[in-house]
Amino acid sequence: MTRDEIRRAVLAALAHVAPDADLAALDPRADLREALDLDSMDFLNFVLALHEALHVEIAEREYRAFSTVEDAIDALLAKLGAKTADHA
Amino acid sequence: MRETRPRIGKPRAFAVAPNLADYAAARARFSWDEARRALAGLPGGGLNIAHEAVDRHAASALRDRVAIRWLGKHGAVVDYTYGRLAAESNRFANALGALGVGKGDRLFALLPRLPALHLAALGAWKRGAVFCPLFSAFGPEPIRARMALGGARALVTTLALYRKKVAPIRDALPALEHVLLVDADGAAPPGTRALGPLFAAASDAFTIPPTDREDLALLHFTSGTTGAPKGAMHVHDAVVAHHATGRLALDLHDGDVFWCTADPGWVTGTSYGIIAPLACGVTLILDEAEFEAERWMAILERERVNVWYTAPTAIRMLMRAGVEVARGRDLRALRFLSSVGEPLNPEAVAWGVEAFGLPFHDNWWQTETGGIMIANFAAEEIRPGSMGRPLPGIDAAIVRRTDGGVEPIDEPDVEGELALAPGWPSMFRGYFGDPTRTARCFAGGWYLTGDLACRDRDGYFWFVGRADDVIKSAGHLIGPFEVESALLEHPAVAEAGVIGKPDPLAMEVVKAFVALKPGFAPTEELRRELIAFSRQRLGPAVAPREIAFSPSLPRTRSGKIMRRLLRARELGLPEGDVSTLEGRDDAA
Repeated sequence: MTRDEIRRAVLAALAHVAPDADLAALDPRADLREALDLDSMDFLNFVLALHEALHVEIAEREYRAFSTVEDAIDALLAKLGAKTADHA
Repeated sequence: MRETRPRIGKPRAFAVAPNLADYAAARARFSWDEARRALAGLPGGGLNIAHEAVDRHAASALRDRVAIRWLGKHGAVVDYTYGRLAAESNRFANALGALGVGKGDRLFALLPRLPALHLAALGAWKRGAVFCPLFSAFGPEPIRARMALGGARALVTTLALYRKKVAPIRDALPALEHVLLVDADGAAPPGTRALGPLFAAASDAFTIPPTDREDLALLHFTSGTTGAPKGAMHVHDAVVAHHATGRLALDLHDGDVFWCTADPGWVTGTSYGIIAPLACGVTLILDEAEFEAERWMAILERERVNVWYTAPTAIRMLMRAGVEVARGRDLRALRFLSSVGEPLNPEAVAWGVEAFGLPFHDNWWQTETGGIMIANFAAEEIRPGSMGRPLPGIDAAIVRRTDGGVEPIDEPDVEGELALAPGWPSMFRGYFGDPTRTARCFAGGWYLTGDLACRDRDGYFWFVGRADDVIKSAGHLIGPFEVESALLEHPAVAEAGVIGKPDPLAMEVVKAFVALKPGFAPTEELRRELIAFSRQRLGPAVAPREIAFSPSLPRTRSGKIMRRLLRARELGLPEGDVSTLEGRDDAA
């Protein structure tokens, strides 16, 4: 998957959990919980939605690597073993 | 389920002797008058929470002990000694005085976990004002409803929270005179003030005026089945119970480091995140960040936490991370683990032993009780899944309702409503401005908790469920009416019924059943729009996480939505007899 495809998956997972969020205005380096007013249950549901969409295992211990959109993309790229630079 | 887990016994000797060594003896010996004598009292007579929590320690050998260690989201660490806390809460009291905020005035706080929250609470109590904490994850509507109900005169908040959640509802709060922003540098929006300059201009000397122990100190908002939220009134005398239960139920000892993970926007975070640890003179940890498994374990290790008070949802999230999350960490300082918020499942109690070498001690109380009422104790056997036994000074019973009132059920293992004999210091003194709903909580000389439970033959209490339709989710009590009202504001919604859907992590999550007005189709798009709509109004802690469309909703003959039937359908239970069950609020 390309970086853009993963970005779309991340944004779709966020839209699923917090349909009230203005994702167009979201700074990709902002802390998601803060910027989108997510609580712990929301955040868990966000990670579970990524797991469903991309079929990757994400352990609770790794959640901190998903705190911004960009971080989540990096973490997912690493997991998916995809090429990063070519498609960035 | 009751006897499926082995009881967890305790050693004969402890490295640190528990404050409550023998349950029966402690109960026999205890009196609230004696518990009150363990405090100092104001020099001129009377009792003030802030004096017991801070000033008396600042005037003692504890002056230089760390009272609050604040851990910032991004790694900052700030310590407040008892001496500094006394001086800065004096400044806050003087700043409030400069604004004319005084005795009996309601000061609301809408703040993240920052020391400013503790300063605001202590400053308010010093002035004789009433501290009213709000959960910062509330949306504008729950904030408006609570501030209007409590007649807020002043609010302490941050610039971001003000812009997002208060500015849109400011016009609906004409009694709100002062908005203080803890993080605005001079450039505060119209109608607000930066706290900084006000604080800097205020003296750090203050003498607490005479305070009667029955003076109002706190308003904590909670939810019922019907109607608006309720503001439970607590008085300065509550500190007697906070101090006593901090020692007896949480086993706080001199020199302990204590971490209560609850947000001070809820009663646990105030009673045990502010008052009890300070009244006991220990060091409390205040973490700004949200739950994150590795971060939490690092805090336990680095801060050498001795006593940890957390919640079932957090424990179950840690269980998802696995025992590895605690392994390899030096957690030898940990001595006592405790949990509150909703019943802790036996697996989670036992998981504590596996991960930390220590079991979790569940305890039970609620907004109205102000402090811990029933607990598993450090020195006593734990029955996993049980809330434990009543504290010294607390008499609890299982009662059944009769035509004229209630009668206690003496036989063991019979389900009924959990009731408490009134009279302990942190008992609420009523719902603010609502004597009718206050009166409904008392019958036959008992305070009726609204929780269904039973008691085994050894006196351990076991939670069964709620007697009403209030939803328990991730340690928060959510009123279905508040959620239904928000949904009904959407133009597509004709009817809404809200229930707690069982959830393995949060105990329950909020689920809404919605009937649409003619001309609206039950599409996925509309479902998302309704979730977005309610999240914007209510915030994530209260808004439904699931919405299901239904052509119409079941109602009683008098027109009330039958939430219990919706719940039975959701669970696939027989619908037959649920229609006769009516909750406390509905019954009146």
